Amino acid sequence: MSYIAKPKIMYPGRKKNNLGLTSSDYEGAVSTLCAGCGHDSVTAAIIQAVFELNIEPHMLAKMSGIGCSSKTPTYFVSQSHGFNSVHGRMPSVTTGANVANGDLMYIGVSGDGDSLSIGIGQFAHAIRRNVNMCYVIENNGVYGLTKGQFSASADIGSKPKKGEPNNQEPIDPVSTALSLGATYIARSFSGDKEQLVPLLKGALMHRGFALVDIISPCVTFNDHEGSTKSYAHTRQFYHQVIDVDYIPPAKEIKAAYAEGEAMPIEMHDGSTIVLRKVDKDYDLTSRASVFQYLREHSNAGEIMTGLLYLDESQAEMHELMENINTPLSKLPLENLNPGSNELKKLQNRYR
Amino acid sequence: MKPTDTSNPEYFHKVVDCQWGCPAHTDVPAYIRMIAQGQFSEAYMENRKSNVFPGILGRVCDRPCEPACRRGRVEDEPVAICRLKRVAADHRDDITEFLPKAPKISNGKRVALIGAGCASLTVANDLAPLGYEVTIFEALPITGGLMRTNIPQFRLPPKVLDEEIGYILDMDVDLKLNHPIDSLKGLLEDNFDAVFVGTGAPRGKNLEIPGRYDSDRIHIGIDWLESVAFEHIKEVGKNVLIIGVGNTAMDCCRTSLRIGAESVKVMARKPRGFFKASEWELEDAEEENVEILTNHSPKEFVIKDGKLVGMKFELMEYKVDESGGIDRGTVSGEKIIPCDDVVLAIGQDNAFPWIERDIGINFNDWDCPLVDETTMMSGRDGVFFGGDAAFGPKNIIWAVEHGHQAAISIHRYCQGESISKRLPDGLNLVSQKMGMHEWSFSNDYDDASRRLMPHVDLLDRFKKVDIEVELGFTAEQAVQEVERCLNCDIQTVFTANLCIECDACIDVCPVNCLTITMNGEQDDLRTRLSAPANNHEQDLYVSDDLPHTGRVMIKDEDLCVHCSLCAERCPTGAWDMQKSAILIPYAKDQLSDEEPLSAIESNS
Repeated sequence: MSYIAKPKIMYPGRKKNNLGLTSSDYEGAVSTLCAGCGHDSVTAAIIQAVFELNIEPHMLAKMSGIGCSSKTPTYFVSQSHGFNSVHGRMPSVTTGANVANGDLMYIGVSGDGDSLSIGIGQFAHAIRRNVNMCYVIENNGVYGLTKGQFSASADIGSKPKKGEPNNQEPIDPVSTALSLGATYIARSFSGDKEQLVPLLKGALMHRGFALVDIISPCVTFNDHEGSTKSYAHTRQFYHQVIDVDYIPPAKEIKAAYAEGEAMPIEMHDGSTIVLRKVDKDYDLTSRASVFQYLREHSNAGEIMTGLLYLDESQAEMHELMENINTPLSKLPLENLNPGSNELKKLQNRYR
Repeated sequence: MKPTDTSNPEYFHKVVDCQWGCPAHTDVPAYIRMIAQGQFSEAYMENRKSNVFPGILGRVCDRPCEPACRRGRVEDEPVAICRLKRVAADHRDDITEFLPKAPKISNGKRVALIGAGCASLTVANDLAPLGYEVTIFEALPITGGLMRTNIPQFRLPPKVLDEEIGYILDMDVDLKLNHPIDSLKGLLEDNFDAVFVGTGAPRGKNLEIPGRYDSDRIHIGIDWLESVAFEHIKEVGKNVLIIGVGNTAMDCCRTSLRIGAESVKVMARKPRGFFKASEWELEDAEEENVEILTNHSPKEFVIKDGKLVGMKFELMEYKVDESGGIDRGTVSGEKIIPCDDVVLAIGQDNAFPWIERDIGINFNDWDCPLVDETTMMSGRDGVFFGGDAAFGPKNIIWAVEHGHQAAISIHRYCQGESISKRLPDGLNLVSQKMGMHEWSFSNDYDDASRRLMPHVDLLDRFKKVDIEVELGFTAEQAVQEVERCLNCDIQTVFTANLCIECDACIDVCPVNCLTITMNGEQDDLRTRLSAPANNHEQDLYVSDDLPHTGRVMIKDEDLCVHCSLCAERCPTGAWDMQKSAILIPYAKDQLSDEEPLSAIESNS
């Protein structure tokens, strides 16, 4: 952390987005995380992504549970909506919020403890319902807030700062999400914003559940030799499979891509993500082959990153449930509350 | 790019824009921090070390530091450095005991200084404490040179001059007033060990157009100002035209208003933006309702019945090209403007009728002597020049710097050492970390705007010619203004092998001046930083290869506000905030052991 707040300085030539805002208008309170925490870099990447996407702050809702990761929504877009829920319950609160108002853009920030231990049931069901949200896991393999015990994502053989190495099988959020039917699955690293920012943009604009699992080293409790989630280890075993370029709607694709290496995919809002294949044989539309590919490489100790799976064809929660599109807050009271007679009629239909 | 060599004092010196921009390299951030802490005497002495005349310069310096100030790039207005200097002078205690003193026994070397202006006085200041027998020859009955004769008293009170010049004369300097030197050859026969010429550029430029010699109401600016200073001229007509729009013109128009003029017009040949006067001097004149007429080129003086009644001008039109250049202009008409007096303030020339041309000193086409820019020595060994006398009209702070350099040369010359082998600058870096998030300086960015200098009311200031217009900052204003300083001397120092590339510093930087990327050529690198580095006058600070990825850390020095957040957020201490002190050698530092200055010497 630092003691003074980051000053807002309007230096000449500072970049503004289409709304006339600068990136500092998307910042939040001063971070109280440890200096060098990966989560602060993820925060910076989220700020950059929403700034570049020209998102109106009041159209964003940031949701979280408990943990170091779940503190981070305080540190970005102060002027948006937010809900800091009970430990592991961010997915259900987001589901409820999304039912009430599907117009907002939802970003849930969670951690490996919040999502893979206490909240794994919630995590699974948000995926199953294909809630339209960007779900960020800041994954560091330890419970930082309670001083560094191993979490459910710790790898076998990973050494703690003190005590015995981990010998339990880790839960991998990417393969879990893959098996549960998530429609946008990415993995990245807090130390690689060039990759992370476009992945976050794609996730925010994806219609349906978008998971971004981000290796985000705990600089205090899990950044030593023998750790498998340290800055050094991640950089050593880090492989890019498919990177993306995010291109907003009505903007021409100008960059030159070699044939067979790039593939544009149009998204529901008219924007495009161009997939840049680092591994040409990788097929990110086949759940089975992705599963096998990831398994093989993770057995070899490699950390595969990029946009790993994408399916733009699935219906999201509102479509599945045939909900009304209007946010409940905008419905007139007589529609929202048709009265006890209408309730009785409804109940009679099921008698 | 190659890793930046921070052991070369020049690199960190350039980061301190104000100090780098100052010809005498005054350590501005250091002394203005002292002001905020109420250490006025210490701040005064820190100034005096390099610029010798803090009270004078705090009022009338040309302040090259302010256009250089980083604050002016980060937002609009630079820190009011010059007027903070005056605060140090105004509020100091008696500092006489801290002044250098002449030793009881001389070193037997005699040095003659010609002219008692800022350049000569600086040489005396540096040499007298070393035991030199210093004699100053001055043609006028008073000291100070143009500081006294050409700068009006309402900007620079005589008391301030007397005090600061007195500090120097009190070091057993032999002052000979009313003693013009009319032959350098003659003076050289007196067997001085060295001679320094600091006689300024005493000849105001003339305007040879019809009618010039048909009236006694046409004056040469600097001569006229001198006559006002000596009270030989006590009044002027109601309508006055000032020709030229430099700083002397500003002094002439404001002086006119104090000795009887009711309407003063400054006649400029070119449009605004091409004036020679400093922006702040223009502002002060316009505050006093001086009218500045642009695009008027003087054609002739209009004389009726032997009396000056007006002046004829050609009305000019100019084309300004894209790069801001201006053409010679075309004439679009003529106009006569009535007046009672005209003051010519169109520049100054050097004049050395008293220097024989056969004694080894060579002159160029503009009658400027050929002088070595480092040693200040002329073609004749042992004869040195400085101030306006050396390279034509500059300003006081340049004259002071010339004086320092000439003093170094004279000292080395008189001791039989090479004058070209001078001590290089030294550098001292000290970490300013006091605790977890504690720094020894006020690191939080203050977005306050520049304080305005309070002035004497317009109605009151014209009553006499010597009412000082600027009142000086109050203590509160001074403290607020100091907080605007970005502490550019507290350097961001990076140690590559400690970096774990967590990006924390990059994320927290409020001006996006940090980047980790693959190394490359400078022009290429400048385009692919967090924010493009378009100011090529400011360096890129390039680290050694980083241990994890082999990339490099790059800092664009342009807009850094020295807030320390990079160092606070760094988990490994790869970034640190270290105060740089540029150790600048003076005459007293030469010839002891010929080693570059180290930290210990700088404290003494």
